[in-house]
Amino acid sequence: MATYGLQVNGQSSNVTLDDPSTPLLLVLQENFELNGPKFGCGLGQCGACTVLLDGKPIRSCITAVSDAAGHSVTSLEGLRALDGLPNPDALHPIQEAFVAEQALQCGFCIAGPIMYGYAFVRDNPNTTRADIEQGLSGILCRCCAHSRMINAIQRYAQENF
Amino acid sequence: MKLKNSLTLAGAQPLSEAAVEALDFIEPSRRDFLKKAGVMMIGFGAAGAVRTAGAQSPINPSGKVDGTQLDNWVAIGADESITVLSGKCEFGQGVRTMQHQLAAEELSVPMDRITLILCRTGITPNQGYTAGSFSTWTQFGVGGLRTALDTARDALFQLASQYLDVDVSQLTVKDGVFSVTGGDPTYTVSYGQLVQGQRFNLALNAKAVPNDPSKWKVLGKSVPRVDIPAKAKGTFQYVQKVRIPGMLHGKVVRPPILGARVQSIDQSSVTGLPGNPKVVQVNDWVGVVADTEWNATKAAGALATGISWTPGVFLPAQTDLYTYMAGQPSRDSFAVNTGDVDTVMATAAATISAQYRYPYQMHGSLASSCAVVDVRGGTGKTATVKAWSPTQSVYDVRTYLSTLLGIPEANIEVIQVEGSGCYGGNGADPVTFDAALLSQAVGKPVRLQYNRRDEMTGGEHYGHPMVGNQKVGVDANGTIIAWDYENVLAAHGEGPLAGFTLGGAPGPGNFIPGALAGFPTAKVVPTTAPANPAAGLFWNFGNTVPPYSTGSINGVSFGTGTVASQRSLSRLVESPLWTSYLRSPDHIQNTWAHESFMDEIAASVKADSVLYRLRHLSDPRLIGVINAVARKAGWDTRPSPKAGNARTGVVSGRGVSCVLYSGFDGYCALVAEVSVDQDKGTITVTKVTAGIDTGQVINPNGLRNQMEGQVIQGMSRALVEEVQFRNREGSGSFVSSADWYSYPVLRFGDALPEIVTVLINNHKIPPTGAGETIITLVASAIGNAVFDATGVRMRQIPMTAANFLAAKAAQKV
Repeated sequence: MATYGLQVNGQSSNVTLDDPSTPLLLVLQENFELNGPKFGCGLGQCGACTVLLDGKPIRSCITAVSDAAGHSVTSLEGLRALDGLPNPDALHPIQEAFVAEQALQCGFCIAGPIMYGYAFVRDNPNTTRADIEQGLSGILCRCCAHSRMINAIQRYAQENF
Repeated sequence: MKLKNSLTLAGAQPLSEAAVEALDFIEPSRRDFLKKAGVMMIGFGAAGAVRTAGAQSPINPSGKVDGTQLDNWVAIGADESITVLSGKCEFGQGVRTMQHQLAAEELSVPMDRITLILCRTGITPNQGYTAGSFSTWTQFGVGGLRTALDTARDALFQLASQYLDVDVSQLTVKDGVFSVTGGDPTYTVSYGQLVQGQRFNLALNAKAVPNDPSKWKVLGKSVPRVDIPAKAKGTFQYVQKVRIPGMLHGKVVRPPILGARVQSIDQSSVTGLPGNPKVVQVNDWVGVVADTEWNATKAAGALATGISWTPGVFLPAQTDLYTYMAGQPSRDSFAVNTGDVDTVMATAAATISAQYRYPYQMHGSLASSCAVVDVRGGTGKTATVKAWSPTQSVYDVRTYLSTLLGIPEANIEVIQVEGSGCYGGNGADPVTFDAALLSQAVGKPVRLQYNRRDEMTGGEHYGHPMVGNQKVGVDANGTIIAWDYENVLAAHGEGPLAGFTLGGAPGPGNFIPGALAGFPTAKVVPTTAPANPAAGLFWNFGNTVPPYSTGSINGVSFGTGTVASQRSLSRLVESPLWTSYLRSPDHIQNTWAHESFMDEIAASVKADSVLYRLRHLSDPRLIGVINAVARKAGWDTRPSPKAGNARTGVVSGRGVSCVLYSGFDGYCALVAEVSVDQDKGTITVTKVTAGIDTGQVINPNGLRNQMEGQVIQGMSRALVEEVQFRNREGSGSFVSSADWYSYPVLRFGDALPEIVTVLINNHKIPPTGAGETIITLVASAIGNAVFDATGVRMRQIPMTAANFLAAKAAQKV
C-alpha cells in the first residue's frame, strides 16, 4: 500500500492504493467518481481518457497513478477552475463553443477533442483551421463529428484569444 | 356547452418507490419532485400493492406496459409536471431531443416543461429496437408517440371545455394553459388543474390529428440537443459511470481461437491476486470478478494464462473469403423476379457484367462496451434482476436475460443508459449478458467493461461481407432493358435478427456470450429453391433491388426505376465470424454494388452519370434530390472518365450515387470529389455534397449533424476498414483486428473533405428516417469519382492504396 497525493481539479487529495501502476483513469473513475475522462481503449490509442497533467494533455488510461502523484490533474469538469473562472459548474468557453456548434453526437470521445483543443489553442492562439486539425492528430471520434469539432475549436480561438 | 365525449379521470396514485428508483441516474431533482407531487405511473402503483401482498413478481406483476393506453405515454401532475414516456432511445443521434420537440409541439408547452423518460422496462412502452433509421417515422406514425400526445391533447381540450363551459372550438391553449379565444384573459385553466395527477383511462386514438406542420413552433427548428451541455461538461453519466454500492468489477476471458473450447481451468492462476478475484465458468464462457476494475483486469490477464483450450476451427485465407462464401450452401430468396430476365437479356444489343466485394467491418464503438447488472437470489421465481445496459431494446434484453438466467421476465428490470454511439448491434447486448452471468454467480452487482480486444474480437458482431454479381442488358440506344443481380451474404448468429435474417429461433445463443454459455445458435438453413417474393410485401430491405428497377411483384410496382425485366436474388450463407446489423445493414453492401455498376454501365455507353441515372428513374422525389445535389455540387455534365487526365501523378474527378433507403425511408443523393495519387494509390476525398428528402425536417441542424457524421464514417468504411483474420498453426483462426492499429479507422489528422448538406424540406409528407441514409452512398460515390479521375474501376472495399494499385494493374489502365 502506498499513498499518492494528487491535485484533482484544484482539490488536493490523497489516495491509498496497493499498486503504483494503477492507471490514473481508474483512480479518477473509482476514487474521485469523475465522469469526464472515459475508458475507450485502455491502450492510449483513442483519446477518450484525456486529462491535463500540469496543463499538458495526457492519456490517463496508460498513465500510472504513481507518475501523476504530486502533479495537478484537470478533467473536463475542472477546466473552468483551471482558468480561474467563477462558477466552476458552468461550461468553460471551449465547452460553450462545442455547444454552440452542436459539435458532438454521442460525446463519448469528447475529452480528447476538448482537452487537446484547449491546450492547442492556449499554446497556438493565432491558429489556422489546418493547424487545429493537425493539433488533434491521432485522436478518434467514431460518430465522425470531426468537422464540427474543428469548427468549435476555431470558434473558441477566435472568440477568446 | 357541449362535450363531444364525457371524460372521467380516476385512480391517482403516488409514485411508488420502484418508479422513483427507476428514475435514478438522470434528473435527480426531478425524481424528488415527482415523488412529492405524487404523479401516477401505471405499472408501479400496482406493483407497490403486489409487493405488500408478497405475491407474484417483486418488480412488475405482468411485466408489460400496454402501449395502446395513453397513461403509459403521458402523465400530467397537479404540480403542472408533464412526464412523457417513450421506447426509442438516445445514442447520440438526437432522438431524445426529437421526442422532446414532438412532445412540446403537440402539447403546446415549452420543452423545459417536459420530463422525458426513455427505455425502461415496466415504465416505458415496448417499442422494440431503436434501430434501422426507424425512430422518427415510428414516433410520428400511427400508434407512436405522436398519436399518444395528440390523444392527450384532444382529451385536455375536452376537459377544458367542460371546466370553462365553452365549446372546444372556442379554446386557445398556450404554455399548458387554456383560455377562451377573445374572452377574459384571467378566465383560464391549466393542464395540472384539469388532470391533477389522475389517469386519462383512454386508448390511443389512431385518428387523432397532428398539429398543423405549417404552424410548428418547436418542430422544424434547429433546437439545440438537450444532452450536449452535460456531455461537453463531462458530467453526463454514461453506463460506464453507473456506480452501485457494493458493486464488483468483472472481465471476460474469451477463447483465443475461433471455436476453441475450455479443456481445463487452473483456478490457482488467480490465487493470491489482490481484490479477492473469483472465477466463474459456464461451459465455454469464462469470467472473473474482483473489487476494482484494475484488480479485475489483472486477474483476467492471469486467468487467461491458466486456461487450457481445445484447438478451434480454421478459416479460409483472408484473400479467399469471397470465393469461399460463393461455394457455401445457401438460403436463397428473390426480392424481385419477373421471370423474363433471361429471354429479355438474350435480345440485348450488349450485356455488361461485374462483381463487387464488401468485407467484414465492425461497429468499432469508441467506448469498450459496459453494463452493470445486479442479480439477486440466484435463479428461479424469486430471483430478481436489475440491469443498466446501453442496449437498443430494453424489452428484448429482458427476454434474453430471462432465458439466460432462468428468472421470470416480470422479475427483471432493464434500464437503458447511454454508452457510446453503437451504429448497430455492437457489444451493448452481449456485455449485458456477460455482466448478468457474473452477477448471478457471485450474488452481487457487477460492472463489466470489456477491454478493447474483448470488444473487437469477442463482444460485437460484424457487418455482413458480400459478393455481388451484376449483369444488365442494354438496347441499341444504350437503355437498360434487363437487370440481373445476385448477392452472397455471410451471416452467423445475428443477435436479435436471428429470426429476421435466418428464420431461426430467437434466444441468447444467437449472441457470443450466450453461445459460449451453451445456448443454441440459429444456423443458416439452406433452401433447395429460392423463395419468391410475397405479393404486396415489397420493402426493399437491404436495397437488394437496384433503384433503376420497377420493383414489380405480381404486376404491382413499388420501386423507383423503369427497368421492367428484373431479378434480384439474395443468397445467405453461414459466416465463419459472428455477424449482425451494422449501420445501413446490407443496404451499404448492395448499394456499393448497384451504384458502382450503374456508373460502369453509363461509362460503357458514354453517357453522363447523372443524366443516365435520371433516364432510368421514375420516382419524382428521388429524381428531385439527385437534381438538387447535382446543382449544388456544380456537376459538370459529361461521360466518365474525365478526358485529358494523365495516367500518372495526381488527378481529380467526381462521382455520384443515389438511393431510396430501404425502399421508403429517405431519398438521398451524394456527389463525391476526389484527388488520386496514381503512383502511390492514395485516394483523398476533397468535397462531398450530400442531399436528403425525408419529408418534414424535424431539426435541420440535427439532420445536418447526422449527415456530416455519415459522410466521414462512410469515408472511413469505404477507404480503410476491414476486419482481418489469421491462422495460428496447429490451433485455428483468430480475428487479428483487435485495436485501433490493427483495425485502422479515419482519425483526426486525416484529410477532411469540405461537406455541403442539402435538405429538401418536404412539408406535406410525414418524416422518415435519416440515421443510416447518407452513409449508404459514400463508398459508391467515391469509387465512381476514382474512376472518373483515373479510369480505374474500384470493385472491392476498402479502397486502400494497395487495392487501388492492384486494380490499376489488373485493369491495365
